[in-house]
Amino acid sequence: MNVKRIGSIILPLVLLISGCSSIEPWVKPYERAHLADPIMSFSRAPVSDSYLSHIYQVREGARGAEGGHGGGCGCN
Amino acid sequence: MEVAVAAIRKIVGFFSNGSRIPAAAGIKAAVLSLFFIASTAQAEVLPEDSTDAMYHSYNGGGVTVDGPSYLVRKGDNKNFSVSANYYIDSISSASIDVVTQGSAYNEQRTQWSGSVDYLHADTSMTVNYSYSNETDYQADTYGFSISQSMFGDLTNVSLGYSRGDDDISSNVDPSFDETADHQNYHVSLSQVLTKKLLMSVNYDAVTDEGYLQNPYRNIRVLNDPNDSSAGFNFNTPETYPNTRTSNAISASFMYYLPYRAALKTGYRYYTDDWDINAHTADVGYVHPLWGKWILEFSYRYYTQTDASFYGDLFERPDQQNFMGRDKELSEFTDHTVGFALSYDVLENGWGYLDKASLNFKYNHIWFDYDNFTDVRGSPAVGQEPTYDFDADVIQIYGSVWY
Repeated sequence: MNVKRIGSIILPLVLLISGCSSIEPWVKPYERAHLADPIMSFSRAPVSDSYLSHIYQVREGARGAEGGHGGGCGCN
Repeated sequence: MEVAVAAIRKIVGFFSNGSRIPAAAGIKAAVLSLFFIASTAQAEVLPEDSTDAMYHSYNGGGVTVDGPSYLVRKGDNKNFSVSANYYIDSISSASIDVVTQGSAYNEQRTQWSGSVDYLHADTSMTVNYSYSNETDYQADTYGFSISQSMFGDLTNVSLGYSRGDDDISSNVDPSFDETADHQNYHVSLSQVLTKKLLMSVNYDAVTDEGYLQNPYRNIRVLNDPNDSSAGFNFNTPETYPNTRTSNAISASFMYYLPYRAALKTGYRYYTDDWDINAHTADVGYVHPLWGKWILEFSYRYYTQTDASFYGDLFERPDQQNFMGRDKELSEFTDHTVGFALSYDVLENGWGYLDKASLNFKYNHIWFDYDNFTDVRGSPAVGQEPTYDFDADVIQIYGSVWY
């Protein structure tokens, strides 16, 4: 009984994992030209975006999850 | 073409720290340095070799902060890339807190930071260090992150941890000596959703421990708790809890329009155990012009609730265990409208240089406070208007790649 129960748990897991390993990219490499265009960058200028994040971080209560950047100066 | 997506940029973050505090969120600023470098890339690539020189300027609310920032990055085109950044804030402050509680001042904050990136197959690792120095605030920050591409480079997952150790002193009290520690845990996911749509999800948990308040700022207290007509004073120092834990999660999307332009939007939710809850939403539009120019417009909205111990006016100096009157802890909203222009100077390279660009970015921010009042001129209690101000943020920078 226990073996069956364990099997009922493990089998779907194995299928799931094996399924993951065979995931085919649904956007093929040759279909990514638009994504690779520089205008599609979340941050085209890291130095600049870091600075702007820093401006907000100093003057707002919230912090984090900005998708990168650091910065800080309590100069308000 | 695989390389195409692989070439999607990697964001480099620069830790900064420290803060001179009259009217400033000094310790808060130190925490900010903890935020990690996140990658928007799908495939793992090293950052490109480049050098950036930037002039930055913030002017608003009686405060001017400007200075240069220089970044140099060089790699071996194989496994390693090293960067160094030098950054200066020259501060001239006559903010509302300074005007009402102290006197205008000038000072400078200097920051050095560096990072090393290591790439191996689909995995990249980054270590960072930053040192920030002011007359009354020194901060060291150390960080490590690891990033992995998977599922045919459609997905990228990053994990990061950083820690900051701050030493806080006072320019008016030589015996004042405090410390604060900060830790940041970061997780991010970048995902190719369709041929034209990218998604980035970020999560940060931050914990602070130590001296988290402002050694210069006082709270506003009634002279007579039973008679508001007797006026108020600023004789009582702020008292903050000595711990703080926050969580923030965001999702951003970038969409390639039917013509060559991009639309981006994002949302962030923030909450902490000081009872601040915040929502941030932004939208942007990127449009290339005539081959060499890129124009960008953006709008950002931010709103937050106040901290549980925030008060604009307290009845008694011992009214609560914790009391603060930092406007960044009050309830407020801000709006930002911005545009940016960049120009490719050397599209086809020149000698040792692969390309170069010149850039100008302008943002205008309106801050509107709901329960932080303007007490300049000592208005009668109950007659104070709520405070608001706006700021200009300018960046001018050039970049070369080699």
